Amino acid sequence: MQLQWDWSIAMEVLPHLIRGLWVTLLATAGGMTLALALGLMVTMARRARFRLVSWPVGAAIEFVRCTPLLIQLFFVYYLIPDFGWNTPLVTGILVLGIHYSAYTSEVYRAGIDNVPRGQWEAARALNLNRQQTWTRVIIPQAVPPIVPAMGNYLVAMFKDTPLLYAITVQEMLTRATNFSSRVFSTVEAYTLAGVLFLILSLLAAGLIHRAERQLVVRET
Amino acid sequence: MNTNDSATQQPLVQIRNLQKRFGDVVVLDGLNLDIEIGNHVAIIGRSGSGKSTLLRLLMTLEKPEAGTICIDGEYLWHQQQNGQLVPASLAHTRRVRGKVGMVFQHFNLFPHMRVLRNVAEAPRLVLGLSRREAEARARELLDRVGLSDKADAWPQELSGGQKQRVAIARAMAMQPQIMLFDEVTSALDPELVGEALQFLRELADEVSMTMLLVTHQMHFAEQIADRVIFIDSGKIVEDDEPAVIFHHPRQQGTREFLNAVLSPADD
Ligand SMILES: Nc1ncnc2c1ncn2[C@@H]1O[C@H](COP(=O)(O)OP(=O)(O)OP(=O)(O)O)[C@@H](O)[C@H]1O
Ligand SMILES: [Mg+2]
Repeated sequence: MQLQWDWSIAMEVLPHLIRGLWVTLLATAGGMTLALALGLMVTMARRARFRLVSWPVGAAIEFVRCTPLLIQLFFVYYLIPDFGWNTPLVTGILVLGIHYSAYTSEVYRAGIDNVPRGQWEAARALNLNRQQTWTRVIIPQAVPPIVPAMGNYLVAMFKDTPLLYAITVQEMLTRATNFSSRVFSTVEAYTLAGVLFLILSLLAAGLIHRAERQLVVRET
Repeated sequence: MNTNDSATQQPLVQIRNLQKRFGDVVVLDGLNLDIEIGNHVAIIGRSGSGKSTLLRLLMTLEKPEAGTICIDGEYLWHQQQNGQLVPASLAHTRRVRGKVGMVFQHFNLFPHMRVLRNVAEAPRLVLGLSRREAEARARELLDRVGLSDKADAWPQELSGGQKQRVAIARAMAMQPQIMLFDEVTSALDPELVGEALQFLRELADEVSMTMLLVTHQMHFAEQIADRVIFIDSGKIVEDDEPAVIFHHPRQQGTREFLNAVLSPADD
């Protein structure tokens, strides 16, 4: 294995990596959207008074949290038949979304628990129905404080996307590996992939920090 | 105040044998109470005697173990079916609940809505007013409580007394037939209490709305109420005009309570 840096190889691999980066970003965006939507549904389902709803959802979440993401990826990718629409990328987004919904649902739960009981009571005294209470009173108050925590999960998911390599999604790591084996040089591709991850993670962290500050400003 | 002919019509609120327990603690133990239209009823009693619980049961924030609450001819938790009382559907309870409004001890304004929307939101969502109508009405009510200049403020920017007025406007915007007030002054800074009580007195005189107020301020109760109820051990011990309750209470329990809460300087 050679560890010498070759700028010409670096320049050659960069466009491949950028194309991979788009897939990485697509997987993250898709996965996070799913995790946010699913997480909220899970939170609501777990609050349901019917055990028939709340118990299985709780068990499923426990299962998801207690098994590694990589195994979940393999499981879904290799054990679920090919229906045509479930390309590696779609499978990856689904698994990322489901996996992270286990965590986002906890964040939602904390956010909802933090809304004072008096807000529920005011909503009832004003005769809002269930849905209005959730959409007009509870969720608008529960969400702003949890934006930073959700942002952290977004970055974590972004950094988990290289696992999609295992199911042949053409994301950055996959392309870096393919390229490296073609030119018999690993250092440029992996270093640049790492740098790209670093830049974007820092960027995202900065944005989250700013959103956090703005939310604090708005609250006072 | 109230004339005697209101006694001939059906009471606005009829509470029969109301029972409420929290675990082993019996809070209301077969309480009966009628409230006539236009009554301003003050509820007094020791801490923990169930005053708030009674209001919360009327607002459907709690559910009774037994007994009935009838408001304007309709049961809160029951429906008539073939002459029998059966548990009410959610829709039924929701409809009857619309006849009741409440001003909370800590106001419970919606912190993510400006003052105007705090008042206009529920009429729009629940009564189906257009945004325009709802906001016009909200402005009217804010004007009435002396806060027309605060329509665009956030609740967090208001003083305790102002928050309370918004809470009153918000409850009134739903046009309830009876308004419940829990400890209207206990969350206010001491220097604001006098002003708030004055405001409520004026409101009570001005609007003919039926009011049920829990208070620890005996002087306020005496001035605002046309009827005072003393609750103890989950039951109504004495129910009479303020002049009688505060100056010639008939029950030993009432006398003891008043002696305990009214310091000699107040007398
Ligand atoms: N949600 C609850 N769970 C358990 N116990 C409760 C609950 N709410 C009230 N209680 C109990 O019921 C009793 C009556 O409470 P309530 O709040 O109605 O009293 P109160 O007359 O309003 O007292 P205060 O004057 O201190 O406000 C108290 O013993 C209280 O501890
Ligand atoms: Mg109380």
